[in-house]
Amino acid sequence: MRHELITDAALVGNYLKGDENALSVLIYRHKQKIYSFIYSKVCDRDITEDIFQDTFIKVIKTLKLGKYNEEGKFLPWVMRIAHNLIIDHFRRNSRMPKFDNSGEFSIFSVLSDSALDAEKTIIKEQIECDLRRLINELPEDQKDVLVMRMYQDMSFKEISDKTGVSINTALGRMRYALINLRKVIDQKNIILTN
Amino acid sequence: MAKLYPEKSPQKQNDLNPKEETVNFLLNYSKALKVIECKKLKFETLLN
Repeated sequence: MRHELITDAALVGNYLKGDENALSVLIYRHKQKIYSFIYSKVCDRDITEDIFQDTFIKVIKTLKLGKYNEEGKFLPWVMRIAHNLIIDHFRRNSRMPKFDNSGEFSIFSVLSDSALDAEKTIIKEQIECDLRRLINELPEDQKDVLVMRMYQDMSFKEISDKTGVSINTALGRMRYALINLRKVIDQKNIILTN
Repeated sequence: MAKLYPEKSPQKQNDLNPKEETVNFLLNYSKALKVIECKKLKFETLLN
């Protein structure tokens, strides 16, 4: 009860003078608020525990390094640190998504078969066949450039060397090849998606 | 009318407290952490 009479600011002051017990009072005084705040955002006890711990590690370091500017706002300051760490946690998680193991677990949520099934394989072959026929309909110069670029993976520099035209001409032929392909696809309502 | 089933609500607020071991770790960490000032530089040392 006696501790409640001491303000946060005074406790921080005492802690900075070397009174470790002051930190203990501060943690016990605010732990529930801070922990609940973190839990309300992350909804996971273990992660909350980690963020709570990291928050106070940061608090302790900042205080000991003398970087804390006492303005009578100890709790809002700690909450802000927790808030930033929560954001860091979500950023990290969005880069490396983990599967949730707490509820119903489906192995298919983490394992996926990238191989096409029989139906999709047939559709893919059909699309490739249609596309080859469309390419064959193109004017010879455009067809050559497109085949060299797309199927033989040649650069426009290599294409220009091989066909004896400038790079700009090769680029222009590629552009017209694509425009013509799109035109024919639109005209004949050909669907080229799997 | 279709029933609405909200997601599981977080546990009761009064149940939400850090583990005792977490708090103890922090208190021990604080005791172990020393900051040494050398000229304008500050070094952190963690004593076991």
